[in-house]
Amino acid sequence: MRILCCVKRVPAPGAKINVTADGSDVDAAHLGFTTSPHEECGVEGAVQLCEEHGGEVTVLTIGEPRAAEQLRYAASVGADHGVLVCTDEVGWDPQRTAAVIGEAIEVLEEENGGPFDLIVFGNESADSGGFQVGIRVAHGLGRPIVNGIKGIEVSGDGSGAGTVTARRAIDGGFEVYELPRPCAIGVKEGLNLPRYPTMKGRLRSKKLEIRSLDLDAAPGGQRRIRLHRPAEQVSETVILGEGPEAAAEVVDVLEELGVL
Amino acid sequence: MLLVVLEHDRGELAEAAREALTFGRVLAEKLDEELEAALIGSDEEELVDEAGRYGAEVVHTCVHDVLGDYGPDAYGATLAQMVTELEPSAVLACGSDRGNEVMAQAAARLNAPFVANCIDVTPGVSWTMTRVQWGGSLLEDSSLDADVALLTCGLHAVAAEPGGSGVAGDEPFEADLDDSHRVTIVKDRTVQEAGVTLPTAPVVCGGGRGIGSQEGFAQLEELAELLGGRVGCSRAVTNLGWRPHSDQVGQTGTRIAPEVYIASGISGAIQHWVGAMASKHILAINTDREANMVVKADWAVIADLHEVIPAITAEIRRRRG
Ligand SMILES: Cc1cc2nc3c(=O)[nH]c(=O)nc-3n(C[C@H](O)[C@H](O)[C@H](O)COP(=O)(O)OP(=O)(O)OC[C@H]3O[C@@H](n4cnc5c(N)ncnc54)[C@H](O)[C@@H]3O)c2cc1C
Ligand SMILES: Nc1ncnc2c1ncn2[C@@H]1O[C@H](COP(=O)(O)O)[C@@H](O)[C@H]1O
Repeated sequence: MRILCCVKRVPAPGAKINVTADGSDVDAAHLGFTTSPHEECGVEGAVQLCEEHGGEVTVLTIGEPRAAEQLRYAASVGADHGVLVCTDEVGWDPQRTAAVIGEAIEVLEEENGGPFDLIVFGNESADSGGFQVGIRVAHGLGRPIVNGIKGIEVSGDGSGAGTVTARRAIDGGFEVYELPRPCAIGVKEGLNLPRYPTMKGRLRSKKLEIRSLDLDAAPGGQRRIRLHRPAEQVSETVILGEGPEAAAEVVDVLEELGVL
Repeated sequence: MLLVVLEHDRGELAEAAREALTFGRVLAEKLDEELEAALIGSDEEELVDEAGRYGAEVVHTCVHDVLGDYGPDAYGATLAQMVTELEPSAVLACGSDRGNEVMAQAAARLNAPFVANCIDVTPGVSWTMTRVQWGGSLLEDSSLDADVALLTCGLHAVAAEPGGSGVAGDEPFEADLDDSHRVTIVKDRTVQEAGVTLPTAPVVCGGGRGIGSQEGFAQLEELAELLGGRVGCSRAVTNLGWRPHSDQVGQTGTRIAPEVYIASGISGAIQHWVGAMASKHILAINTDREANMVVKADWAVIADLHEVIPAITAEIRRRRG
């Protein structure tokens, strides 16, 4: 089966997220970068499906040239191909992003001589959280998509005609969808527990040939003016103690709160 | 006209719908336009009346074979058709899983921009809005240029409150749907959990990497049980395989809102914090006085959690006799 995963490179901040002085972007000067967690689970899910049924996983990202790192990471945990659409500008709006992903998919599918059996998106990107790119791309390609997926199964060997059964988390349970292939899903963290790269995986990722595509589309109707931090809740922390003898005070507090 | 999408499930209006109507009333006033609502897949009088109590003047109801259960394609297509026919100046849903999904489905069909999870909206020639990013860690001011403003308001951005004229009329809407829209329809449903769930627990005992091992969570389980609460954890813990992801609190996990969150061995990274910040009170147990969780807590114990947690459990047992 052939699976495409769309992933996004995002900063990995700690206790706070700082914004550049002009508010145009996250100040990533001292930060590491990572793949959005939902998408990391998407890659793992795709790799597992191909391990079970045979097939190949392609990872696609739109981002700055350094986003190649996220493609290499995906290769280190089992992805076979990496495709990068380079941009200089930060923060493409969702319509523009979706249009370019759609174009890229058309190019890749034309070359492959057929559609990807499954396209995997994250439920939402970790940084901008637009909740829409996957849905726009799927609609443009005329394929069904369901978001919020935490379980996937495929009929047969997963390729060609058949179905993808997708479980979606709802409050305290699951609902189940059955999509005809080719189709797309938006996944959430919890779909699986992504593996860590092995030594062999790391070596393999170094050799990954990254395909670059030069594509662009017109900006959509939403435009960023600036980013800023929400007002902080300030609280004066009362230190109840510095050892187990603080237990009595802790239980006093719990009693006061009426949770005992 | 402002059109608010009413989320409902199995005959009941969702709290998300009440929030959207509450948020919508303010927006309709700014627009100086009527507040109307879209009820897709139902025309139950109770739901229409309830929407009226929250300020909808007219409820456009749409029932159809294909709309028997929730399906993103069918619901999205119906909403897009409503927008084309009713020509609202804006459409608003609540930024729940379904709310964001239906709005994105409609936006894709209308080829229109969609701005998710707004907390403040100012209409104008070009609209401006403040929306949440990074699960609430950052805010973005954006501008929107479109014939129709498709928006969701952040989940719990406002608390639902009845208001407006109080009575809604209903207006049936004929959607043009066929079997092709059944492509994504709920086939089956299982509800697994009964009782206290993480989002509703009155007490959450959260553990982070500082717990040290999978076995270490036994002491948190014990404490949670004594307090009638649930165990939560950080992503570091889920990634280590110590707890299932369903216990994870944070941006990519569950958002909790207990009376008290007891956070042990958790540093309080921003992505964890956004899931915990709705807690009414926070008590942190950490060896690091400077940890973000400690700084943001109401109370803290600066010590080894392996000594403190058993002492707390013992003290509760002692007082209960
Ligand atoms: C896009 C994105 C999304 C994310 N989503 C989430 C999310 O949903 N939820 C989430 O939790 N994280 C999330 N993260 C990860 C987050 O950034 C942190 O890495 C994670 O929360 C850290 O977990 P921790 O606090 O358990 O571990 P650490 O940061 O390692 O902290 C361990 C803490 O334990 C204390 N400690 C150690 N030993 C003891 C002891 N014996 N007694 C008392 N205290 C002790 C230490 O002082 C320290 O404060 C996300 C990250 C990214 C990039
Ligand atoms: N720049 C990008 N490159 C590749 N995939 C992306 C990009 N932006 C968004 N996506 C995909 O679309 C999903 C939804 O994104 P969003 O609409 O921004 O929340 C993400 O989880 C990714 O799978």
